Amino acid sequence: MTEATGTRSSEAARSLATYNFAYLDEQTKRMIRRAILKAIAIPGYQVPFASREMPMPYGWGTGGVQVTAAVIGPDDVLKVIDQGADDTTNAVSIRAFFKKVARVAVTTRTAEATIIQTRHRIPEQPLADGQILVYQVPIPEPLRFLEPRETETRKMHALEEYGLMHVKLYEDIARNGRIATTYAYPVKVEGRYVMDPSPTPKFDNPKMHRSRALQLFGAGREKRIYALPPFTEVVSLDFEDHPFEIQSFGRPCALCGAEGVYLDEVILDDRGGRMFVCSDTDHCETRRADGHHGELGAPAGEAAE
Amino acid sequence: MSDEPLLRVSALSKYYGARTGCEDVTFELWPGEVLAVVGESGSGKTTLLNCLSTRLTPSAGCVSYRMRDGEWRDLYRMSEAERRLLMRTDWGFVHQNPADGLRMTVSAGANVGERLMAVGERHYGRIRDTATEWLGRVEIGADRIDDQPRAFSGGMRQRLQIARNLVTAPRLVFMDEPTGGLDVSVQARLLDLLRGLVNDLGLAAIVVTHDLAVARLLSRRMMVMKDGHVIEAGLTDRVLDDPRAPYTQLLVSSVLAV
Repeated sequence: MTEATGTRSSEAARSLATYNFAYLDEQTKRMIRRAILKAIAIPGYQVPFASREMPMPYGWGTGGVQVTAAVIGPDDVLKVIDQGADDTTNAVSIRAFFKKVARVAVTTRTAEATIIQTRHRIPEQPLADGQILVYQVPIPEPLRFLEPRETETRKMHALEEYGLMHVKLYEDIARNGRIATTYAYPVKVEGRYVMDPSPTPKFDNPKMHRSRALQLFGAGREKRIYALPPFTEVVSLDFEDHPFEIQSFGRPCALCGAEGVYLDEVILDDRGGRMFVCSDTDHCETRRADGHHGELGAPAGEAAE
Repeated sequence: MSDEPLLRVSALSKYYGARTGCEDVTFELWPGEVLAVVGESGSGKTTLLNCLSTRLTPSAGCVSYRMRDGEWRDLYRMSEAERRLLMRTDWGFVHQNPADGLRMTVSAGANVGERLMAVGERHYGRIRDTATEWLGRVEIGADRIDDQPRAFSGGMRQRLQIARNLVTAPRLVFMDEPTGGLDVSVQARLLDLLRGLVNDLGLAAIVVTHDLAVARLLSRRMMVMKDGHVIEAGLTDRVLDDPRAPYTQLLVSSVLAV
């Protein structure tokens, strides 16, 4: 990937003389790649890395951006989603950032992307071989809110002491009658490490299991990287008499009529009007282009007016 | 009772730099036996207890424990993983301050169930049934199972801590001033409960206390410590009725009789 500096440098030198390809300097990228390789070698294990200051605040995806910057090459096609949408502020600005500092092609199409940076969602369309999904992670430590001492949680990971994770699920059932955790739902990776899948809804947990894509997780403020290589076992924790289950919406998307997808609620007016639409905007648009439509969605073509 | 001890301690010493925590302590503990360690503040009781329960590494000496399979293991030659497993299955530790031994932010049921989940129980209904049963045994109403220990009185918290430790049927329980900080009527009730549980379950226990009444009620044998040394050991009744060492005589005679 270092040849990237060579191929694009003459062009880049004129407009962006002060930026290296993909913003980070080569030594930093090298350091991050080493952390990524280690993370891939030990699926689910949190590898510390020397997180850099990025030109955006913590909480906006600095971890994900650094991981993307370390793996992206000039031939990559980047897609960035925030809550499943390609057109929200965070997604638009990160996409613009890489367009500027790496001059890579960007897309909103899941199938066309080679790297997808995400916050919260995994695209509805199953990922394919060779794709990389980069997650922006706020809190990588699944045991954090149960055991605040980092020295202790690291020991618990090392000795595989995960009873505490079930204490949390027990509390959920005791209070709500069911496991009420709906996002950042803890998973066990390859029967070894318990991992926080970042704030994705538990709806997406099954998509992590044996995914064909490489999944990389970057936490900038917490300075941790972890990974799931393709075809990794990812099992959501549960009880025998309270098995893991995903959300179901009991209605299709109002625009494209899709069922079995994750829906967002959109408020239409101040008199209680609402609609439920796909949270994955690309999935919704693709379906509408193919002629599907829901109760509120006009067929493709008319929507432009 | 078995014909072999459960715990063997030989020449155990702990130094804090030049100061002595405890020095040259040797004893054996048998299954089902309750041993009290008494002495004034600073006499090395708690240091000894922490060295025995692997919470503190001793400077010299050896502590070996007979595992459930009958094999003797040196506690300080075990891996940390084995030691921690031992601590949450075969052992219990009752702290003086219940907040140190409980998770104050999760419900009573989860506090009792934690050890079960730690050893692999994954059936919510069964965990809850066991927790309910144990709360009953320590005289906490089943309707309090979903309350956090923060909402409990001092005595209830201490009883909850005991239930949390005993749920995996340990063979050895360490207690550090289990009745400290409780008022006398609550103390009496707790002692009664502890004595019953120890008898029913055939627990071996090492109880550290400065209260001779606690030692008299709970223990069969006792050790008196002063300045880090064991100065007298023997059957509890013998030591308390016929103290030999001058310090023990002083200790026994300084108990207030009402």
